[in-house]
Amino acid sequence: MKSQAQLEFPQFKGEALTQLPDDLFIPPEALEIYLEDFSGPMDVLLYLIHKKDIDILDLDISEITDQYIQYIELMDALKIELAADYLVMAATLAQIKSRMLIPQSEEEEEEQDPRSELIRRLQEYQRYKSASESISNLPRLDRDFFLATTSLPRFKERESSLDISPNEIAAIFHDVTTRPKFSAHHEIHFEELSTQERVALILSILKKRNVIQFFQTYHKKEGKQGVVVALLASLDLAKDGHVELIQNKDSNQLYLKSTNRGIH
Amino acid sequence: MTNSENLSNLVESILFGAGRPMRLSEIKTLLESQNIELDLPSIKVALNSLEERYANSSIEIKEVASGFRMQVRESFGDCLYPLWNETSNRLSKALMETISIVAYKQPVTRGDIEDIRGVTVSTQIIRSLLDREWIKLAGYRDVPGRPALYETTKNFLNDLNLKSINDLPPLPEALPAKEALDQLEAG
Repeated sequence: MKSQAQLEFPQFKGEALTQLPDDLFIPPEALEIYLEDFSGPMDVLLYLIHKKDIDILDLDISEITDQYIQYIELMDALKIELAADYLVMAATLAQIKSRMLIPQSEEEEEEQDPRSELIRRLQEYQRYKSASESISNLPRLDRDFFLATTSLPRFKERESSLDISPNEIAAIFHDVTTRPKFSAHHEIHFEELSTQERVALILSILKKRNVIQFFQTYHKKEGKQGVVVALLASLDLAKDGHVELIQNKDSNQLYLKSTNRGIH
Repeated sequence: MTNSENLSNLVESILFGAGRPMRLSEIKTLLESQNIELDLPSIKVALNSLEERYANSSIEIKEVASGFRMQVRESFGDCLYPLWNETSNRLSKALMETISIVAYKQPVTRGDIEDIRGVTVSTQIIRSLLDREWIKLAGYRDVPGRPALYETTKNFLNDLNLKSINDLPPLPEALPAKEALDQLEAG
């Protein structure tokens, strides 16, 4: 446990928490000790109820909720790891509190007290909590009694310490630093169809023939990508005025006609 | 040496050397391997005479869930405790609550434990209990997800000097709230 002096002042809602709230059921100094010892939100809640010395059945949900949430915030501010379960409990309490604030309509009158489920769970938890305390107090092997035996006890295995000399470390270091680099790497590029190349290809064809059909600018095996690249190349050429794109009204054939510009 | 004294010594050597609880039937088998034929009641008699022999010593014969074993009396435990790794026997509240729920409600799933404790049961706790051999897998519940069911082991009882799960302190009834608090106060 860290001593008070070692604890840094935590940030709480943006301000340094130089002073812990003093209106809590548990004095904050004591809380710091308890916090890490709680086994869960039910434990905290039971502790708060116990501290307040109230009957679970008379649970003042409003007050206990405020207190609980204050502790959650405090835990958070003290950077104690908060399990989501604590937040679930905070939400449950807040829900019960809000339900109790709403005036009940006649239809809802028969509905049970919103606290009853929580109280049932608290009582159930308390049964096992107290049983676990009894079991903790039972004599336990290797704590309260020990075997009388010539067989070896189950001592914890010690981790074997490193057995290495400074010279060996130096040799290993030398070995590592002078090791040739076999790990050079290169990337494999998949061959992609290049629009630039297609432009050159189309131009070279147009040198020999004045007009070609669009389907002659790609191979079937190039698939969709081939068509896309060929179309982009054709559009590029048309944009720069090297070719005219011609399509007859009644045909869906596209033609590329050389304008003889830039083609020698 | 009389025959019965010899027999007690034989049983003593088995318990002393075994370092774990031995059933009467296990002792019988070991003796049979030495061509000593004995029925179980005779072995029990030998054990009883050993108990008498140890009456004024620091050692006792104890019957636990897995049989009989020799151990140092609890009243002498304080002398030995410092020899043992201090931390190995400090069990967290969370772990004790978990094992208690398994003990009284077995077989249980992790979900059952979480319902009561209101907090997620960490894998670490379950593993720690499995490592100690305090709990074991007892199958899977036939519901969606088929969650694992856990129950306590004989080793758990052995380690607490108990013969049967019924020797555990009874699970307190859900007390009316006020009394529950009074009890907390007392505890």
